[in-house]
Amino acid sequence: MAEPGKGKSSKRNEARSARWENIARGLYRFRSNRLSMIGLLMLIFILLVAIFAPVIAPYPEDAAGKTRVMARLQPPSEDFVFGTDKIGRDIFSRVVMGTGLALQVGTVIILLATSIGVTIGAISGYAGGWVDDILMRITDIFLTVPALVLAIAISAALGKGIINAMIGISLVWWPGFARLTRSLVLSLREEPFVEAAYGIGAGHMRIIFRHILPNAVSPIIIKMTTDFGFAVLTAAALGFIGLGAQPPTPEWGAMINDGRRYFPDEWWIATFPGLAIWLMVFSWNLIGDGLRDVLDPRARR
Amino acid sequence: MNLRFYLLRRIALIVPTLIGLSILTFSIARLVPGDPVGLAAGPQATAEIKEALRREFGLDQPLPVQYINYMAGLFRGDWGQSLYTRRDVLPDLRTFWPATLELTTIAVIIATLLGVPAGVISAMYRNRLPDHIARILSLFFVSFPAFWLAMIFQTWFGRDLGMFPINKRLPVLVAPPATTTGLFLIDSLIQLDFETFLISLKHIFVPSLVLSFSAFASITRITRASMVEALEKDFVRMERAIGIPYRIIIFKYVLRNAFIATITVISLNFGWLMAGAILIETIFDWPGLGLYAVHASLSLDFQPIMGIAFLYGVVFSLINILTDMVYGMLDPRIRYG
Repeated sequence: MAEPGKGKSSKRNEARSARWENIARGLYRFRSNRLSMIGLLMLIFILLVAIFAPVIAPYPEDAAGKTRVMARLQPPSEDFVFGTDKIGRDIFSRVVMGTGLALQVGTVIILLATSIGVTIGAISGYAGGWVDDILMRITDIFLTVPALVLAIAISAALGKGIINAMIGISLVWWPGFARLTRSLVLSLREEPFVEAAYGIGAGHMRIIFRHILPNAVSPIIIKMTTDFGFAVLTAAALGFIGLGAQPPTPEWGAMINDGRRYFPDEWWIATFPGLAIWLMVFSWNLIGDGLRDVLDPRARR
Repeated sequence: MNLRFYLLRRIALIVPTLIGLSILTFSIARLVPGDPVGLAAGPQATAEIKEALRREFGLDQPLPVQYINYMAGLFRGDWGQSLYTRRDVLPDLRTFWPATLELTTIAVIIATLLGVPAGVISAMYRNRLPDHIARILSLFFVSFPAFWLAMIFQTWFGRDLGMFPINKRLPVLVAPPATTTGLFLIDSLIQLDFETFLISLKHIFVPSLVLSFSAFASITRITRASMVEALEKDFVRMERAIGIPYRIIIFKYVLRNAFIATITVISLNFGWLMAGAILIETIFDWPGLGLYAVHASLSLDFQPIMGIAFLYGVVFSLINILTDMVYGMLDPRIRYG
């Protein structure tokens, strides 16, 4: 105790290196999962496509709805790798230009749902008592109706459009995060370090944000990852029904809806956006599957 | 405490949830930023016509009064009226609901028949080739947008192979069986009309197969995980030690233990697939709740939307109770209390 300052910093370093060791071990386990690595590579590919979309797409202006009446409903060819749609837009360009949109949609939904869910779950688990009762009853009500049905109802009420669809989906997506966070907080609340923090006079906010939540991060991140693909899928479903993105937005679900009338004779209009959705969802599912093993070794032995 | 008392208590506990749900659906309907009455009345409608419509639907009253009326209606069986078709919502739901129930049930059966064996095989060949294949396949299929896969399957099975009908529950020229349950498969059996049974089985096969894919992965995963856990229990080692054949251990003892967790996931999937059916129904022109919901939501017809959300809530709650009862049958240690 001769040098309290040094002792404190070495303690902190110790804690940090222990955390790093955990992360490193997790990373190793993740890397040794070949499927997840394939998923990660697929996702990097998707990210690159999204970033360089205007360069990759031969006709980037088609995303905005430029028409090419002379070349409508062309099958895949050298000029139009994925063919053209009913007003002659290049499907390949639109699929490529839609990649960034799909990533944005997923990101917004997951971030919104996480922030609502984690806040509610943390308050509920930490406060306990009647606060917990009320918040969990509200969560249960949202869980009584399948997410897609509620999302359709809310987005319909808010009005057609991709922004409203994202709001609608986020509003039904948070209960899972609330439940997860609550259960994590409930067990962390009893930990000695929380009691210690309370003992030296830390406030509730400080305890929640500095001591409890940092220890609950990894399960939440894993749920964010596994949910990402399904959030994209749900947004595409709303686009397909006609509630989500409106033409001429190059949203994959809406593009499938567009190509539905021409299927199967002009199969390419709907087929390629569908494969794009599949690739995106599959990559996130592979990554999520690997992450689940890292966090919960019980699930895969 | 006996089962009957337990059941009554569980059913009573649904009531607060359903009241909460009715507040939620009511609020959703009041989110509507546009003017549904204006939309329904059409562009030529005068202010008087709109006012009359508004009064007819009770939209001129203060919100709390509207809510009380709405909730009282829910209990009386008056679930409002469609703004467009002017038909009552509840009878419409009663008409369309069996089609969705039938589709979902068959899909859950298919998903269970595919998913449980896949999970069992995965667990028995843990971390070996069959395990990896089952894992990849389930992730592969769950990632497809179901509505897209539905289109592809419709074409393959219906048009290219010509083995299955393309859409609807029955051909136009075949009269549906006399309605007892509204489920064509069961109604036709009651009538001993095996021809209609086969025809409707053919109609339901492709859409329910597509629908089942989204449940396949989670059922496989949970079966595998709980099988692995059960396989490591002491009683398994003991049974092997006294020489009970492995097959019998798996099917008679392990599976039963593992099935409890699986049942939860299967019943959760029932609810999810019922929602997923909305997308499948639009492709196969399946006259269920999904088609009804899509039409209503695209035209801002809020009474049917509220009705559908509420119905899904009721069904989901009932499924949960049913699941708990099945637990008790599988695991005699569980006491209702």
